[in-house]
This record gives sequence, C-alpha cells and structure tokens, in this order.
Amino acid sequence: MSKYTEEELQKELETKEYEYGFYTDIESETFPKGLNEDIIRAISKKKNEPEWMTEWRIDAFKIWSEMEEPEWANVHYEKPNFQNISYYSAPKKADPNKTLDDVDPELLEMYKKLGISIDEQKKLQGIAIDIVVDSVSVATTFKKTLAEKGIIFCPISEAIQEHPELVKKYLGTVVPKKDNFYAALNSAVFTDGSFCYIPKGVRCPMELSTYFRINQAGTGQFERTLVIADEESYVSYLEGCTAPSRDENQLHAAVVELIALDDAEIKYSTVQNWYPGNAEGKGGVYNFVTKRGLCETNSKISWTQVETGSAVTWKYPSCVLKGNNSVGEFYSIAVTNNFQQADTGTKMIHLGKNTKSTIISKGISAGRSQNSYRGLVQIAAKAENARNFSQCDSLLMGNKCGAHTFPYIEAKNKTAQVEHEATTSKIGEDQIFYCNQRGIDTEKAIALIVNGFSKDVLNKLPMEFAVEAQKLLEISLEGSVG
Amino acid sequence: MLQIKNLHAGIEDKGILKGIDLEVKAGEVHAIMGPNGSGKSTLSSVIAGKEEYEVTEGEIFLNGENIDELGPEERAHAGVFLSFQYPVEIPGVSVTNFVKTAINETRKAKGLEEMPASEMLKKIREKAELLEIDRKFLSRSLNEGFSGGEKKRNEIFQMAMLEPKLAILDETDSGLDIDALRIVANGVNKLRNKDNAVIVITHYQRLLDYIVPDFVHVLHNGKIVKSGTKELALELEEKGYDWIKQEATI
Repeated sequence: MSKYTEEELQKELETKEYEYGFYTDIESETFPKGLNEDIIRAISKKKNEPEWMTEWRIDAFKIWSEMEEPEWANVHYEKPNFQNISYYSAPKKADPNKTLDDVDPELLEMYKKLGISIDEQKKLQGIAIDIVVDSVSVATTFKKTLAEKGIIFCPISEAIQEHPELVKKYLGTVVPKKDNFYAALNSAVFTDGSFCYIPKGVRCPMELSTYFRINQAGTGQFERTLVIADEESYVSYLEGCTAPSRDENQLHAAVVELIALDDAEIKYSTVQNWYPGNAEGKGGVYNFVTKRGLCETNSKISWTQVETGSAVTWKYPSCVLKGNNSVGEFYSIAVTNNFQQADTGTKMIHLGKNTKSTIISKGISAGRSQNSYRGLVQIAAKAENARNFSQCDSLLMGNKCGAHTFPYIEAKNKTAQVEHEATTSKIGEDQIFYCNQRGIDTEKAIALIVNGFSKDVLNKLPMEFAVEAQKLLEISLEGSVG
Repeated sequence: MLQIKNLHAGIEDKGILKGIDLEVKAGEVHAIMGPNGSGKSTLSSVIAGKEEYEVTEGEIFLNGENIDELGPEERAHAGVFLSFQYPVEIPGVSVTNFVKTAINETRKAKGLEEMPASEMLKKIREKAELLEIDRKFLSRSLNEGFSGGEKKRNEIFQMAMLEPKLAILDETDSGLDIDALRIVANGVNKLRNKDNAVIVITHYQRLLDYIVPDFVHVLHNGKIVKSGTKELALELEEKGYDWIKQEATI
C-alpha cells in the first residue's frame, strides 16, 4: 500500500541524489594551498595581467586581511580555513584560443554529462555560452556572431587584456573591493568569469550564458562577472552551476556586477545547483556570492534565481536604483532540503525619483533545512515617489525544517509607497490526498504543488531555462530522478 | 460494482464505522443519509483509501476485487472518484493543468499514451459546456478563491473529465444555491449510464429531488440502520432523524 504520512514524505525527500556529482579526471594545474601576496602575484602572472590589475588585487587582499568573516546571516557552518584552499586550478589542456578540436576529450565528455554540447550549442540559435571549469574559462561559443553587432562576450581574463579601458572603468564600481569579506576575497583572487559589453542601442540577439563548474578537489571557485549594457541596449544573461559530490566543503565566492546605463535593460537569470552535501549534511559547496546591479536613468535590471544547490548559501542579488525612473526586480525560488541552509534575498536601494522595485521570493524547505529570506528596501531622502512591492512566500514540507523572513524597510522620503506581503504554508496531507484521489501519485503531487507555488517566478525565466528549472525543482525534492 | 462487507474503520483507536454492509450495482444510484457524526464522510474517505483511517475489520470489493491493499491513486485508476465536501486549494495550478495531469497520470498507470492535446481540448470544451463553466474559470488556480458553488461545480467537472466507474458525492449540495444545485445535479444525471454507479452522501433530501436515488440508506452510529427507496428520504425530511435513532436503540 503506497501509504503516505509526514514521516514517509520526509524519507522520500531525503533519498534524493545529486545528479551532477561526478568528477572528471582531467589533468589540472593546481596552485599550492594557501593565500598570500605571492599567490596573488602568481595568479596575476598566470593570467598575464597588466600591472594595474595586479595592484588592484593586492589592494583588495590588504583590505580583506583586515576584515572579519560576517556572522549576521541565519546560517551555521564551520568557517573555511582560507589557508587550506587552492586559489587556482585549471584544466591543463584548455586554451580558449584553440579550436574545439584541441579541447581535452575528457573535458568534452564532462560537458556531455552536464548536458552541454558545445557542438550543438554552436548550431543552436539563441544561446551563446561561456564555460568556466574550476578557475578558467574553457570555451566561449558564438563569439563571431556577437562581434558583428559589436557585442563583446568573453572570459574576463581576456577582457582585462583586450578591453582594459572598459574593465578599468567599471570593475569594482558596483561592488567595491571593501564591500564585504567575500567580495574583498574575490577581488584579490578571482581567476575567471565572464565579461559582456552591449554597445549603445543594440539588442543582444541571443541569450548569453555562462556555465560554472567546480571539478578539482580542495579548490575554491572565485569567478567574477561584469556585464555592461550601454545606453538603450538590452541583454538577457543566464548562469548555471554544478560541482562534484565531495565530503569536504568547497568554497564558491563570486562577484557579479551589472551596469545598466540610461534606458538599458539587463535580465540576469541563475540556476544554481552546486553540490548540496549528502543526506547527513556532509560536504557541499559554500556559496557566498555578491551580486549587484547599478541602474542609471530609465534603465531596468531584473534578477531571477532558482537556487536548489549548495550546503550554505549567502546571496543577495541587489539593485542600486540610481537613475530617475529606473526599475529593479528580484524573482527568486530557493529550495533547501536535508541539512542545507540558505540565507538569500535582495537589496533595493532607491536613490532616484520615481524608482520602482518588485521582489517576489519563494522559499521551499524540506528535510532539516533552514531557509531564510533577507531583504532590504531602502528609500533615500531624495527618492521622490519611490515604490516597492515585496512578496515573500514560504512552503514547508515536514516538521523539521524552518522558514524565516527578515524584511528590512528604511524609508527616508514621505512619498514612498512600500508594500510587503508574506505567507507561510505547508504541503498538507489533505492536498496530497486530493491529488492521489484524482490518480496523481504522491511524488507527482509534490512536483505539481511546488511548481504551482513557484509559478510566478518560473514564468520570469527564459523558456529554455524554465524547463530545466522546473525539472531541477522536481529532482531536488523527490525520491527518484525522472 | 461495489461491495462492502462488515466494514469496521476508525481513526486513532476511535471506531467510527461499526459494521457496514453495502452493495452498489452498475447503473444504480444510492443515497446515504444520516445525522451529523454518523460516519457518512468517514465511509467515503475509507472507500477512497484515505490513509489516516484504519480498517480494522471487513472488506471492500470493487468489481469483485478486494481493494484493501490499494493506495488512493490506485483506487482512482480503478475508477473510484470522490467529490470532496471540502475541496482543497492548490495555488498556482490551474483547473486545466490539474485535470490534464489527473487524466494523463491515470492513462500512464494503465500503460496508455498521454491524451493528445486536441482531444483533451475538445473534451474540456464539451464538459465545461455541460456544467455551464466559463472558459476563464478553467485558467484559475484550483479552488483558490472559489465560492462554495464554484468548488462543487469544479468537482463535478473533474468527475465528467475522468469518467469514473463509481462516483461518491460527499455533501455536494452543501454551499450550493438552488440554481447551482440544479446545474450540478443536471450534470451528474447526464453522466449517469448503465455502466457506472453513484453514491450520494447528503444530510438533506433536497439534492435527491434532482438526483433521484434507487436506494436510500440511513447511517447512524457507524451502521446502516435502515434501507429503503426514495420514499424513505421524504419520510426523513418530514420526521427528522430522531425516530430512526430511537428505532436503532431498541
């Protein structure tokens, strides 16, 4: 008898396996563990960086050395030993300048397992992809097609050499080196990531995508992404992440900076599926990420994230609404299961007049996980007629998980209109029974309910991603994989 | 179709059904009436296989097969449909999506392909018309913000779509105004045929004016204490349940 009780749901949820937990045996060049100025100089040298970049890193390292790891988030974990991490690891045979035929066949095999075929991507219209394994970018497709429109889409290490004027002008302007502990660390040691520039008046004809993968043991991944949308331009950017299953905790501390100049629009979507650790809470990725966008006049930045992975997540994609009439949006689905902990949300900083922001956050907690929404809506004194709408919904499964909401509102202008709505619900046995009675088994019923709960956010994802995200939600919460 | 023999069932050691015997044949309509707390809703939940109820004694047969060991979704696949007294809300899942999933999951269980979209659409149109359901209604989240009448109409719409062998209507008349009652009853009548059967669970005789039963059973204290034809329902309407209770205690 396919009996269904709370405990059984619990059990069923805990049997989920991480699909991307394989490790590919690629010959890698990995730096010795530890962090000091010499290591940073070595990274910079490895990357063939100009002097100004090396100094920028050293400066960040000095700032970081004086900072303390933050403790205000609603997460508990053993702090990483920053001297026990290798800050650079690269697949040996990868060289972005070579053609596909030169790429290590093991690497290509790994892409296949991840469901990324570069060959196919080449043919498939609509998505240009940059793949970052461990510390370096190994393949960027569609470069030529994009170049015809004047769009630059390349590894950031390449941009530092070939477009130094752009990198110099914008790097660290939205997330300063001293912004926070992990941002400072990233500024010192970032090894690769994507760079994207959309020229004035250009509508990027395809989705741009970066795929991040941690492969090597004992390494951290510190990628840096910089997206600049010049006046009246538009770009939609996708980001996906996976890592092998390991008993140890791996650190991922990324920084993403978005700059939307006047009348520009950036849509940034993430599907984060780093290894969450096993059912006992051992291993998994620490995902400490700083993402922020700057909006100039009449511009718009929209963050959409589906967070299902990582043992600990600390992440607040934010918008600084500097220009008048600018718009910031944050749509999030965060799923935690087993012993996962997520403290995620957003900051909407209203500086300009008539600025508008929307926050829709959906948290789904199962197992013994803890899922927190933390959000700040700040209306500056000069931000006349600023408006915000926030909605935070939590869905609980079983009795051992937790959902928390920490909304902060600071309004310094009387004309501000700020709305906040929050709900907490539980997948009830009565809902499951109702579905069962209509011939829908428990597993499918949970998928249906979760998808319904997340619909407002799923709808914001680009089509290709929405299907993947929906599948990921099902995998994350169910006993068996498809 | 349905045979219940000496059924005892309860929840957390509390016995509610204390020896039910019932036989429902294809093409028949049975009404089960009784005062509050007599076990009417428990009986429907137990037939549908709700897990929190424990069957302590007796057996349930569907088309000659013992269904005691089947889970609720397997019973649904075998053709049992329960129109809920309190249909649950599933936010973000449209009526159409829900019905589509239910039909395709049932087909999958039977080793059939998914229903082609065009066929599904045709069927939805046809059944929506039968129950005077507006197209907009179908895109709304399941039961979310529905009025009592809309919820019940939606239940019967699902029944029409799933075409069950045995439909149990649990207090379908509660929360319905007279017009909605007529539409719902009309729908049920149109869905009746010689191959299916309906059990109508109700407190009042009102619904039975529209869905005319072949048999009426009175449930009291977890037992069927009196069975008869539709005239019994009228008698109950006139005299109330007290005389039955007295008769039962003698």
